[in-house]
Amino acid sequence: MTTVQLMMPAELKSATTGLHLLERLGLAMVALASLVFVLGAAGAFASMQLLYFCSTIVLGTAGGFIAVLPAFRDRTTGIRNNGIMFSGIMRRGGAAWIAGIAFTAFYIVLYWYPEALKHVIGAAEPLSQWMRHKAADRWFLYGTLYTVGVLVMGVRMLAKYRDSRYHVVRTLSVMFFQLGFAFVLPSILVALNTKEFYFHYFWPLKPEYLFPGTLDKLLASGDGMLVFMGFWTIAMTVVATPVLTYFYGKRWYCSWVCGCGALAETVGDPWRQNSDKSLTAWRVERWMVHSVLLFITIVTVLIWLNASQGGAILGTWTSTLNSVYGFFIGAVFSGVIGVGFYPIMGARVWCRFGCPMAATLGILQKWFSRFRITTNGAQCISCGNCSTYCEMGIDVRAYAQRGEDIKRASCVGCGVCASVCPRGVLKLENKK
Amino acid sequence: MARIVIIGNGVAGITAARNIRKRSEHSITVISGESDHFYSRPALMYIFMGHMEYAHTKPYEDWFWKKNRIDVIRDHALHVDTKAKTISLASGDVCHYDSVVFATGAKTNFYSWPGQDLEGVQGFTNLNDLELLEQNVRGVRRAIVVGGGLIGIEVAEMLRSRDIATTMLVRETSYWNNVLPAEESAMVNAHLAEHHVDVRYSTQLAEIVANDSSDTDIVSSDTSHTEIVVGNGQRACAVVTNSGERIECQLVVLTAGVRPRIDLAQSSGIATQRGILVDEYFATSVPDVFAIGDCAERPNGRVDLLWYTARAHGETLAATLCGERTAYRPGVFFNSAKFFDIEYQTYGVVPSAIEVMHEVTKVVTPTDSNGMQSLTWSRPDKRRFLRIVHSNNRVVGFNAMGVRLRAEVCTKWINEAASLDYVVKHIALAQFDAEFTERLRVA
Repeated sequence: MTTVQLMMPAELKSATTGLHLLERLGLAMVALASLVFVLGAAGAFASMQLLYFCSTIVLGTAGGFIAVLPAFRDRTTGIRNNGIMFSGIMRRGGAAWIAGIAFTAFYIVLYWYPEALKHVIGAAEPLSQWMRHKAADRWFLYGTLYTVGVLVMGVRMLAKYRDSRYHVVRTLSVMFFQLGFAFVLPSILVALNTKEFYFHYFWPLKPEYLFPGTLDKLLASGDGMLVFMGFWTIAMTVVATPVLTYFYGKRWYCSWVCGCGALAETVGDPWRQNSDKSLTAWRVERWMVHSVLLFITIVTVLIWLNASQGGAILGTWTSTLNSVYGFFIGAVFSGVIGVGFYPIMGARVWCRFGCPMAATLGILQKWFSRFRITTNGAQCISCGNCSTYCEMGIDVRAYAQRGEDIKRASCVGCGVCASVCPRGVLKLENKK
Repeated sequence: MARIVIIGNGVAGITAARNIRKRSEHSITVISGESDHFYSRPALMYIFMGHMEYAHTKPYEDWFWKKNRIDVIRDHALHVDTKAKTISLASGDVCHYDSVVFATGAKTNFYSWPGQDLEGVQGFTNLNDLELLEQNVRGVRRAIVVGGGLIGIEVAEMLRSRDIATTMLVRETSYWNNVLPAEESAMVNAHLAEHHVDVRYSTQLAEIVANDSSDTDIVSSDTSHTEIVVGNGQRACAVVTNSGERIECQLVVLTAGVRPRIDLAQSSGIATQRGILVDEYFATSVPDVFAIGDCAERPNGRVDLLWYTARAHGETLAATLCGERTAYRPGVFFNSAKFFDIEYQTYGVVPSAIEVMHEVTKVVTPTDSNGMQSLTWSRPDKRRFLRIVHSNNRVVGFNAMGVRLRAEVCTKWINEAASLDYVVKHIALAQFDAEFTERLRVA
C-alpha cells in the first residue's frame, strides 16, 4: 500500500478566497483617503488644498484601481459569485448597514447641510480650477466622487464580466458617458462661460430642461450653442427616446447611458442580489413609479399652461410645485434613498420605484418595443440565479421556467440574468 | 372531484400538482419529508457556494400553494395501503386518496464500500446532504469525490469554491466519456486541471479508512439506506483505491450515480425492478397508483434521471389524471449541464463513440461509426466547441460546449432531418449566445 500525502498548491489560497495583497493595499489607501477627507472637514487643510486633493481624491482613486485590478489575474472563465451570500457587506450584514448609513448621511449633508462641507469642497478645488477655471462647489465635489466611483468600480465590472463582450461594451459605455457627458463636457461648458448642460439627461429625469423658463431662454438666446441645446433636448425627448426604445428597449438609456444607471451598474453591482423579488414589491413598484411620472407630468403641464397664460393660473405656485418635486423626488428619493439604500435594497431602488424617465421608457418598452428576453425551450432548471441577480427585482425565473418571453417594463437590459444562467436559457433580443 | 395525493415535492411531483390544478378542481395533496416547500434541487450547489440562499432556490413564493389550493404536508409516508386507498404517515396521520402518485426521486448509490458508514462520508442529493456537508467540511484540507459524473463534478466545484483540495476518483479513462465523445471529455479534463482538481482516471474506490486504523471491520453490507447513517464516531481519514494507493483525506463524497427510491413502493406491494415499473401512462402494477420522475422505470427499461424528463413526466401524468389520457412520448432528447465554467448542451443523438469526420480547420479521413459521423468546430482558447452529428448527411444531434444553442432551431432541424450542408450554412440561426459574442462560422 503506497501512501501519498497531498499538499494543496500554495497559490490556491489566494486564488479563490481571501484578499490579494494588492487588494488589501488598495483598500487601505481608500480607507486612508476617506479618513483624510473627514479630518479635513474641520479645515485642517484650508491652506494646503493641493495636498488635500492629492491625499484624498488622488490617493483614493489610485487605491481603488489597485484594489480592483488584481481581479484580472484569474484566467479561468466565468463569473465568480462565490461567497456573496456569506458576505456581511454584500448581504445585509453589519458592514452593509454601516455603509448604508454612511451613504445616507453623506446625501443628507450634501443636500441640506452644505455648510458642513465648506472645507471638504477644498479637496476638489485644484481639479475645479484646472478643468473649469472656477472655484469648486459641493456639486463639483459630488460629481468628481461620483465619476471616480463609476470609473473604479467600472474597471471591477470589466474584470468580473470580462468573458461577456456584452458586459464589457455596455460597461465601457456607461463609463464613457459618465466621464465625458456628465463630468468633462459640463466642466468645459463652465470654463467657456456658457450654460452647464448635460446632453445625456432629458425630461422627465431632468424635468426643468423642458420647462418654458429653460427652453425659452435657450431658443431665444441667439447663441448657436444654446439654441442647439434647446433643440437637442426636445429632439431627444420627443423623437430619439421613443425610436431608440422601440428598437433596443429601455436599456439603450438605463444601462448604457444614464448616470444613475452608471452608478448602479458599477458601484452598485456588489449589491444587486438585495433587490426584493416578491410580488408585493412589484405591486408597490408599479404604483410608485407611475405616480412619480404622473406627478411630474402634471407639474410640467401646469407650468406650461401657466406660462402661456402669463402666470394667471398658478402665480407663484409654479416654483413651489417645482421645489416640492425637487425636494421629494430629486433629493430625497433619487439621492438619499436611491443611493443611500444601495447596500440594503440593491442599487436600483430609485430606477425601479422612483425614476419618471424609467417609467416612461418602461411603458414604451412594454407596449411598443422589439426588445425582450427570450427563453430557450425547456432548458430551465428553476435554480433561481437569474432572479437572485436581477437588480430590478424581476422574478425572471417565473417566466423562464414556463418558457415565456420576458417583457417587463422595469427591465433595464443589463443582461446579468442571462450571464449567470447555468443552462443558457436566457438571451436579450431585439426582434420583431 | 378526486383526491390526488402526490408523494414527493421534487420537480416531478410539483409539476404534476401544478398541472392538475391548471386543468381541474381535484383535491391535491403533496407529501414531503424533505422540505416544507418545493425548491430547485440542481440549485443545492449554489447554496453551498454562496451564490444563493435556500429561499432563492424556491421557484414559488410560499403563498403560492395555498392560493392554488395545493396542500403541502411535511411528513414521511410510511406505507401505502392500496386496497383501503390510504397512506399512513410518520406522524400517525392517515391520508385517503383516489389516486396516488409516487414521485419519490432517487438516492445516492452506496456500493457496499468498506467504510461507507463512517463519519465524514456522504452522498449529495438533497437538503439533508447539504446540511451534512456544511458540518462535514469544517477543517477539511482534502476531500475525495468518488465518481466522475454530473454530481461528482458539481461537488468538486463546490469544494474548490471553499479552497478545499479535491481529488476525484473516476472509473473511466476520461471524464464522463461513457456519455461524452472524446473531444468534449478532453475539454473537461483540461478544465478540471485548470481548477486544480486532482483527478485520478481509471481509478475506483476500494476502501475508506477510519481514523483508528486498527479497527477496520466497519463494513456494512446494507445497501439500501434511506438516510445517511451516522457512524459510530469514527471518521474517515483516508481512502484506498483499487490500485492500492492510499490518499489521506477528511471527507469523502460518494457520487457514483443515483438509484430510484423505491422502498415505499416495494413495501406497499407495487411491482418494481430498478425503479417502480410503469406503463406509458405512468400507471404502476396497482390500479390508481402512478409513478413519475427518477423513481419510475419505463416500459423500455429506462429510468430517466433528469430534471427535464421528470418535469415532462409530471405534465403528461397530469393530463391523464384530469381525464385526457396521454401516453408519454418524449420528443427530441435534450440535456444540459455546466462543468465548472463550461456550459454544455446536447440535442438529439450524440454517441460517445462517434468519430470526427472533419474538423473545420483540417479535414481528416472520414471514418464511419454506427453510421454516424460528426463535424466539429472549436475555439480552444475560448473554451468553445460545437459538434454536429449526422447520419448520411442528415443531422441527428448536437453537442455544444461553451456555446449556447437555440433549442427550438436544433429540435426543428433534427425533427426535419435537415441536411448537413443546410445546417452548416445556417448555423448562426441556432446560436443563442449573448449579443456581441463571436458568431459561429462552421463552414
